[in-house]
Amino acid sequence: MREPKTANHREPLVRIAKRSDISQGKAWLIRAVAILLALLTGGLIILALGHNPIAVYKEMITSSLGKPRGIRETVKKAVPLLGCALAIAPAFRMKFWNIGAEGQILAGGIAASYFALFWYDKLPGPVLLLVMALAGLVVGGIWGLIPAFFKAKWGTNETLFTLMLNYIVLGIVRFLQAGPWGPGLNPTSAYPKIPMFDDAARLPQVFGVHIGWIVVLLLTAVMFWYLNYTKHGYEIAVVGESVNTAQYAGMRVPQIIVRTMLLSGAISGFVGFLQVAGASYTLTESTAGGIGFTAITVAWLAKLNPFVMILIALFLGVLEKGADTIQTVYQIPASAAEMLTGLILFFMLGCEFFIQYRLLFRRKGARHE
Amino acid sequence: MEQTYAIQLEEITKTFGEVVANDKVSLSLARGEILALLGENGSGKTTLMNMLSGIYFPDSGRIFVNGQEVTIRAPKDAFDLHIGMIHQHFKLVDILTAAENIILGLDGGRLNRRTVAEEIRTISEKYGFDIDPNQKIYEMSVSQKQTVEIVKVLYRGADILILDEPTAVLTPQETDKLFAVLRNMKADGKAIIIITHKLHEVMAISDQVAVLRKGKYIGTVSTAETSPQQLTEMMVGRAVTLDIDRPLVEHQTPRLAVQDLTCVNGEGVTTLDHVSFTAMGGEILGIAGVAGSGQKELLEAIAGLQKGTGHILYHPPHPDQPVAGQHVPVNPQGEELLGKSPRQIRDIGVSLAFVPEDRLGMGLVAGMDLVDNMLLKSYQEGRGPMVDRKTPRKLAEQLIEALEIVTPGVSTPVRRLSGGNVQKVLVGREIASNPTVLMTAYPVRGLDINSSYTIYHLLNEQKKLGVAVILVGEDLDVLLELCDRILVLCGGAVSGIVDGRTTTKEEVGLLMTHVPGGKEEA
Repeated sequence: MREPKTANHREPLVRIAKRSDISQGKAWLIRAVAILLALLTGGLIILALGHNPIAVYKEMITSSLGKPRGIRETVKKAVPLLGCALAIAPAFRMKFWNIGAEGQILAGGIAASYFALFWYDKLPGPVLLLVMALAGLVVGGIWGLIPAFFKAKWGTNETLFTLMLNYIVLGIVRFLQAGPWGPGLNPTSAYPKIPMFDDAARLPQVFGVHIGWIVVLLLTAVMFWYLNYTKHGYEIAVVGESVNTAQYAGMRVPQIIVRTMLLSGAISGFVGFLQVAGASYTLTESTAGGIGFTAITVAWLAKLNPFVMILIALFLGVLEKGADTIQTVYQIPASAAEMLTGLILFFMLGCEFFIQYRLLFRRKGARHE
Repeated sequence: MEQTYAIQLEEITKTFGEVVANDKVSLSLARGEILALLGENGSGKTTLMNMLSGIYFPDSGRIFVNGQEVTIRAPKDAFDLHIGMIHQHFKLVDILTAAENIILGLDGGRLNRRTVAEEIRTISEKYGFDIDPNQKIYEMSVSQKQTVEIVKVLYRGADILILDEPTAVLTPQETDKLFAVLRNMKADGKAIIIITHKLHEVMAISDQVAVLRKGKYIGTVSTAETSPQQLTEMMVGRAVTLDIDRPLVEHQTPRLAVQDLTCVNGEGVTTLDHVSFTAMGGEILGIAGVAGSGQKELLEAIAGLQKGTGHILYHPPHPDQPVAGQHVPVNPQGEELLGKSPRQIRDIGVSLAFVPEDRLGMGLVAGMDLVDNMLLKSYQEGRGPMVDRKTPRKLAEQLIEALEIVTPGVSTPVRRLSGGNVQKVLVGREIASNPTVLMTAYPVRGLDINSSYTIYHLLNEQKKLGVAVILVGEDLDVLLELCDRILVLCGGAVSGIVDGRTTTKEEVGLLMTHVPGGKEEA
């Protein structure tokens, strides 16, 4: 009556087991191996394109970190990434999946641009910049508040909500470009473009990079303090771990959600102000340019630790600057350069799996051979 | 002479990371025999059985079924070997009928509803089950669902049955019924393993007892030749007394008067139905009932986490009482708690301590360390935007010392602690807030014997201080030994309040399923 077939089964070839704990050293070794593998894979692609991988990698590093000008470019790319990752951190700590930072940046950028375009001759320079910054904070905050309000009140899904809001604000930017702020302001221009800001509406530079980098670094320290040492930070962490526990402890969960997203959106909006007033001196469709999404990667790789975010943002800055350079130096297509960046990120995120789990292979000489 | 066993395990080892869940465990079981697998929580009983049923794969060791060595890689393999496991948490589809659940996943082509129902009836009659194949799962009581699970594995031809803590959810009467069925199956030549940590059940049903302790196999004894005392020693590793203290506090005053409390949940189901009782300071009021009879809702309503109608009146302790000191005076006529949030209750000076059933999902934050978990009750204290971690750190250190909490330090996430230590952290924190009412739900669930007695002791201490202790329990034996009075809930209504010193298990068991003079529970 018994089928003997089961007796012939062999142990499965690979099994997955969760690691209970892993030493820091080993975790970093895994990450190092992952980056190495990413570089190897990327090297194969470069080879296939007919270039010497080592020379290309070297060019990426030297162009982004070798000369002062390269470093400035790298920092310019890293600043909005860091700022936006800081914006995302409190929301993600609360497990509120704000993937609408892209839209919040644009919302803040629109508000700042309004004052840059229409108030530049009515306000003295520093006041104008302050008003622009404030406008970015407030409007970005409101843009973040909307999904939070709906989540707190009716339990809507914040992921879809924040994502959809991105498209709405992108549409507003296109509308402004094509109409009132584009040809409407500058009828002689043939392109539907928003004019460049007046000098009064441009951020001053320190060491060749707009002053935003100092603000963002200060913000990093403040965010670290806010998340780890304040009552608000504690509430955010508890809500993120368990809403039940938060209610049990007497926390007003809806209020915390709304408050935190107001903060998250406001910082994103501030990044939008930095982008228009410090980097491009105008508002375009690509003012956010994917920063809101790449910042999620930054925040995640940094495990939401603001200080680690500095390193990750710089690293991504190096990658992006390097990718730009090899396009011109080696005529490697932009898509291939982006592929390299994507590969490295893929391996870095993927290796977290091996930090949490390990694979068990069938032992040699297993039974029932 | 070599005997062929139905199941034989040889030096089975299974590790999870650093934790050795099973360390070279060997045991054997013949047909027509019931083996009780005894051990405290965390001793590796379920892990071992999960390897027999194909859920886990052993790191090393050998498994023989009917004398033949086998490799069980997946539940399907176990099923092919006619091994059936009834898990603690049922795996049934609510909106299907019993029969549909039983045939679920089987090759559908050949199935005929009528013959299936016929076969189910044959099995039921043979072993004495009481089952209606056409009843939907969501209409069933817990014990009926368990019956479906058992019939399901029998229908699939299992002759080796593993039951994981089958009596945990049953009333005493239902347990007796289950045991009768198990004896019938044994007589029919089935081999049965029953996982449990209740000694009197071991003595009542089993032929052999295999004892595990912290993953190690201690030994197998014949039930007829052993005693609960000896089994406890094997389980714990040393002699322990099994008596629970029940001091009598002479001076009792009313503390909480619940009047006509009715709660309706989000789906419109009445979870509490005109509940009225008074909890006294200086007593332990036990709350018994089949799982899901409104226990959770009752405690949450008092804690300010449920909306409802009626009254929950709080009476402050007399100023002479030792617990009185720390409180802002509240209305001496009784302060209404219903409709207030946890924070509002705290703000009017009522110190409620609540140890919820879901320790890591509600009472504590699993990913946070001891200090931050202490902070949960006190983080709003002090001015300014900063949290004060010094006081909670001191409290955590004191608790580790006073309650012998085993942890690498105050900075260890509580998720990493064992169940007993988690509970000590939670109960310790709640008691440290100097409560006048202490509510605990299943405070010893999952705890080893030693930790359980620590918790009983802590509850008794609070009671002697004049605190009103409300204890929701599932083990009637413990409730009967520990509580001054026992309130029995049935379907959200109070079916009786009995004196813990004079009542019997049978009386409470009957109240759990019947409201006197009212309708009978389905």
